[in-house]
Amino acid sequence: MLTLECPYCGVKAEETELQAGGEAHLKRFGPGSSDEDFDGYMFSRKNPKGVHFERWRHSYGCGKWFLAARDTATLEVFGTYPAQSKEPPADLQAKIKAKRPKWEGYK
Amino acid sequence: MSTRLHRGGRLIDRAKPLSFTFNGRRMKGYQGDTLASALLGADQMLLGRSFKYHRPRGLVASGAEEPNALVGLGEGARFEPNQRTTTTELFDGATMASQNHWPSLEFDVGAINNSFGRFLPGGFYYKTFMFPRFAWKHLFEPVIRRSAGLGKVPKDRDADRYEYAYAFADLVVVGGGIAGIAAALEAGKAGKRVLLIEQTAHWGGRAPVDGVEIDGKPADEWVNKTVEILGKMENVTLRLRTMASGLYDHGYLLAYERIADHAPGDGRPRHRLWRIRAGHVVTATGAIERPLSFAGNDIPGVMLAGAVRDYVVNWAVSPGDRTVIVTNNDDAYRTALALVEAGLIVPAVIDARAHVKGALPEAARARGIRVLEGRGIAKVKGGKRVTGVSICAQAGEGAELEFIDCDAVAMSGGWSPVVHLWSHCGGKLVWDEARAMFRPDAARPPTGEDGKAMVTAVGSANGALTADEVLADVAAQIGGKAARTDAAAESALEPVWVMPQGAGPALRMKMWLDPQNDVKVSDVQLAAREGYHSVEHTKRYTTLGMATDQGKLSNINGLAILSDSLSQAIPQTGTTTFRPPYTPISMGAIAGEARGEIFQPLRKSPMDEWHAANGAYFEPVGLWRRPYCYQRPGEGVHEAVNREIGNARSKVGMLDASTLGKLVVKGPDAGKFLDMLYTGVMSTLPVGKCRYGLMCTENGFLSDDGVVVRLSEDTWLCHTTSGGADRIHGWMEDWLQCEWWDWKVYTANLTEEYAQIAVAGPNARKVLEKLGGMDVSAAGLPAMEWREGVLGGCRARIYRISFSGELSYEIAVPASEGLALWKALSAAGEEFGVMPYGTEAMHIMRAEKGFIMIGDETDGTVIPQDLNLNWAISKKKADYLGKRAQERSHMASPERWKLVGLETLDGSVLPDGVYAVAEGVNANGQRNVQGRVTSTYFSPTLGKGIAMGLVRHGPERMGEVLDFPGDGGKVHKARIVDQVFYDKEGAKQNV
Amino acid sequence: MSNAVSALQGKTYAGFATVTEAGLQGMITLRGDLSSAKVKKAVKAAAGVDVPAQRRIVLKDGKGAGWMSPDELLILVPYAEARAAVDALSAALAGEHALVADVSDARAMFRVKGARADQVLMKLCPVDLPSLAEGELRRTRAAQVAAALWKSDRDEFTIVSFRSVASYVFGALETSARPGSEIS
Repeated sequence: MLTLECPYCGVKAEETELQAGGEAHLKRFGPGSSDEDFDGYMFSRKNPKGVHFERWRHSYGCGKWFLAARDTATLEVFGTYPAQSKEPPADLQAKIKAKRPKWEGYK
Repeated sequence: MSTRLHRGGRLIDRAKPLSFTFNGRRMKGYQGDTLASALLGADQMLLGRSFKYHRPRGLVASGAEEPNALVGLGEGARFEPNQRTTTTELFDGATMASQNHWPSLEFDVGAINNSFGRFLPGGFYYKTFMFPRFAWKHLFEPVIRRSAGLGKVPKDRDADRYEYAYAFADLVVVGGGIAGIAAALEAGKAGKRVLLIEQTAHWGGRAPVDGVEIDGKPADEWVNKTVEILGKMENVTLRLRTMASGLYDHGYLLAYERIADHAPGDGRPRHRLWRIRAGHVVTATGAIERPLSFAGNDIPGVMLAGAVRDYVVNWAVSPGDRTVIVTNNDDAYRTALALVEAGLIVPAVIDARAHVKGALPEAARARGIRVLEGRGIAKVKGGKRVTGVSICAQAGEGAELEFIDCDAVAMSGGWSPVVHLWSHCGGKLVWDEARAMFRPDAARPPTGEDGKAMVTAVGSANGALTADEVLADVAAQIGGKAARTDAAAESALEPVWVMPQGAGPALRMKMWLDPQNDVKVSDVQLAAREGYHSVEHTKRYTTLGMATDQGKLSNINGLAILSDSLSQAIPQTGTTTFRPPYTPISMGAIAGEARGEIFQPLRKSPMDEWHAANGAYFEPVGLWRRPYCYQRPGEGVHEAVNREIGNARSKVGMLDASTLGKLVVKGPDAGKFLDMLYTGVMSTLPVGKCRYGLMCTENGFLSDDGVVVRLSEDTWLCHTTSGGADRIHGWMEDWLQCEWWDWKVYTANLTEEYAQIAVAGPNARKVLEKLGGMDVSAAGLPAMEWREGVLGGCRARIYRISFSGELSYEIAVPASEGLALWKALSAAGEEFGVMPYGTEAMHIMRAEKGFIMIGDETDGTVIPQDLNLNWAISKKKADYLGKRAQERSHMASPERWKLVGLETLDGSVLPDGVYAVAEGVNANGQRNVQGRVTSTYFSPTLGKGIAMGLVRHGPERMGEVLDFPGDGGKVHKARIVDQVFYDKEGAKQNV
Repeated sequence: MSNAVSALQGKTYAGFATVTEAGLQGMITLRGDLSSAKVKKAVKAAAGVDVPAQRRIVLKDGKGAGWMSPDELLILVPYAEARAAVDALSAALAGEHALVADVSDARAMFRVKGARADQVLMKLCPVDLPSLAEGELRRTRAAQVAAALWKSDRDEFTIVSFRSVASYVFGALETSARPGSEIS
């Protein structure tokens, strides 16, 4: 059972206090978008063995959504950061790259 | 004969005799006994029957690895099957019953399988019961069901209580032997928050039994002294009778504390499940001795050498007068010495090794014990009890060289580290050729959230076998200086997987690998021949290592046999996966406090107490309980519902609507936000007014509905369905936090702040006017508007909204005043015939009016357009959640099923969920369908069945009759009609 | 107002710790920019304390404020004063992007008192209680429902839950406080 530190309230919460929200950094496609773009936004999800970026909500705590970078195979957590992020923080990306040299980036 | 020795027994208190019964026979034991030692001390060697052949089974071990000695323990509400006698402490008045036999333990009909043993090889179940097919149901299954399974299922409600507890520690040390104690001491001195747990009731593990001296003192003394030091450390917590059951991600450790198993009914919880978050875990879980595979090794009286030593030293119990030792290593000589020390006879030590030297064998020889080198046991003689052993050359095929009379055999095939916790979370093992064991591979540990090792295995759990090695290992890995011991050096063991090595089929068929599941050497060899090359497949095929002991004894021997059969090295075969729990834990502990009233949260409205006192027949709505109807004495549920509807339609009814979701949305961008959330436009709603709205998922499907209220220039109140409040609030926050975080909007879930009461019916206005304080006239409070004020002394907000089609007001007051208002309305309404109505009346009245219900008309595949709700969808808006999805070709297709009313031709009620059939069949040969029923009720107002359903081209097919096949071949005929059955003009609510 | 009743009307249970439903308590949710001068001033005026730091709760003379999230405070006042406090806060924050809502009736409050009060919560909440700082407000779950808790006195914890699950929370606290289940 995972523990993740909520970047908003600083609580190291266990999984039962959290709600998982799937892949992070999705771009929304609304009316006027192509079928391909909408399909990608609505249905296509990454399922990597390795580095992954996810949405989590501290639902039994401060109620805030945050993002987490972790390894889906080893469950190592590289870091958590606010949901109001267009992309993972640069220092977090550098940290992951150092630990997982073969990692190809978050996109 | 096994018996209690006159002297000794480091764990028993002879001053405290205890009495217990086994299969109704009264027996005596002592405080400090386990059930097993007490039984053995009372000469009860035969304890049960095996699973498949019903062979007689006795004790093999003295700890968690015991496969046989399982009993039904306790009676009535405290009965529990499969209790391992070796790990349960004796208490006064314990009642035990043996398992797996009929009619009696001594004489068992099932043992007839034993005579046909060669017809029940590995994979027997899979092969035999395949054909003929009918035989499974009528012949095999009933017989197997009666004879299979371990123990009986308890019939009474468990009298005990159980609970969880959460704990946090920098370091959890699992195992209270000398390794664990030494590790805890070092970590404690370093100031870490340490939790040391031990599964038995005693500290010290094996060292005191082995008679080791540590720092010049007997191990017992060292253990007591060190535990005393630990007990005084504020940062160290010690817990006995607590077994680490499983290790999970990020240092999450489950531990099972058996608080009162040894004192049933003393008022304490029986078990406590510790949910521990460990910064790091040290496994000092010791090692388990391996049996040897020789013919007849399952006969009662054949035991592990270490266990024999335990019974003699710890509990002063002799398993037999004459015990033959059979071994491939030095450690078993300690048992020989302990037996002789206790005044018992060891006719010989049968050692498979050709040349036996070293301190321990020499000590045995010095005590006059015969040591037979290069020998093995060809066969054990005996039925329900060992009577002797036939000795052969280990190198040969089993020709008898000598026969030795004995009544017990102590065997040792070497030791296997307990690697379960290490392995639960991905720690890998390495095969140690010299010691013939899998031990933790420190280079591939289980890793935690930081990517670093979260477990360190120390001592015997790490493959160290002597006390010296154990303490040196702790010092090397945890720190500190290792205490000196006087443990004798041991010479190498010689792996022995079959005894004798050249044994033929007849002997191999009697060599038990897994005595609990009756798996023999020959079964594993057969599995290998039949192509089961994966150890996991072999386990399932043969049942090796299944059930309650999970192969603690049989695993290594089994995979060694498999490897040999496949001519590959043991590490190439590998082990089966170690999964939690380490030993079975009680269902009660898993449930914790969640039983009875607090099995799950039950949400209650502020008026719940009144409902309960006034005949409410409750139904669950999400986690809420709501009155389905209010039954009067002698009244059935349906009569009550019909009465409530009739009364609301003709006079006035009141409904507890407090469970409706109430979400406040406020801010400069709140209007813009709600326009994205709802399919309609909410930003233009004037202050003081209400508007019905629909919410869709991004996939376009209808998700929730409700009335939106404009409270002020920048504040809206969104009503949601009762079950949807938390979900929709979360949905709002998700979009605000993760997508439109620059929009200035705040939300708050005020669902529980307000009690809400719907007053509906022709007399509704009169009731409110009688309470007084607010203008609720047609002009003062028109439909779809709201007012705030004081109603009958309560600060209230009244919405003129109707879900019943009647003149209707929904009154919201602070929850704390809800009960008072409810009572005030009841009193004020008395002269106007007011009655409460429940959720079923509400459902039927809304169906009479053709209103949809989320969860009835919607099922996650329905879009608002299907429900003819286009009027609530803005065509002008550029975007709303779900809009893009609804533009997809399938969503816009005219072929989609649309909502219509349905009326049976004979006035009966359509069954719920039935489908309307069409001509022809689909690709699977099933009848084509063209619609289905979504809501169906008996309408007391109209005196007939009414329904709504989704039908292909439905609205264009008014008057058509459809066939709805129901149960039992009956076809219901129903006509497509307008979905509004009652008061189509809406005249009743607009007065 | 005299008609107002709390969820369990002061129900109490004496086990190895005493569990009490604390009765009516004024509670106000304030959402806004906690660093804004206007918010700080309004909070001080309404609650008599400064805006608390992350995860802190500050109580003084029967009033106080707790940090619920980066943009949310829980203001505590006597129940009878809640309405006026809501109006005062709303007036003080006029023109500011903020939300003030009376939640006094949406919640239930409990006190667990006794030398072993922490053990009652240890059985229900996945929280490292020995590490819970004085004046720390922890939002978590109690068994299966959301809860907020803090150490309100020596040997006393205060727990806040939603009102509808008050009897569930009380039941869970009562079960955990039963004599005989003390953790040794």
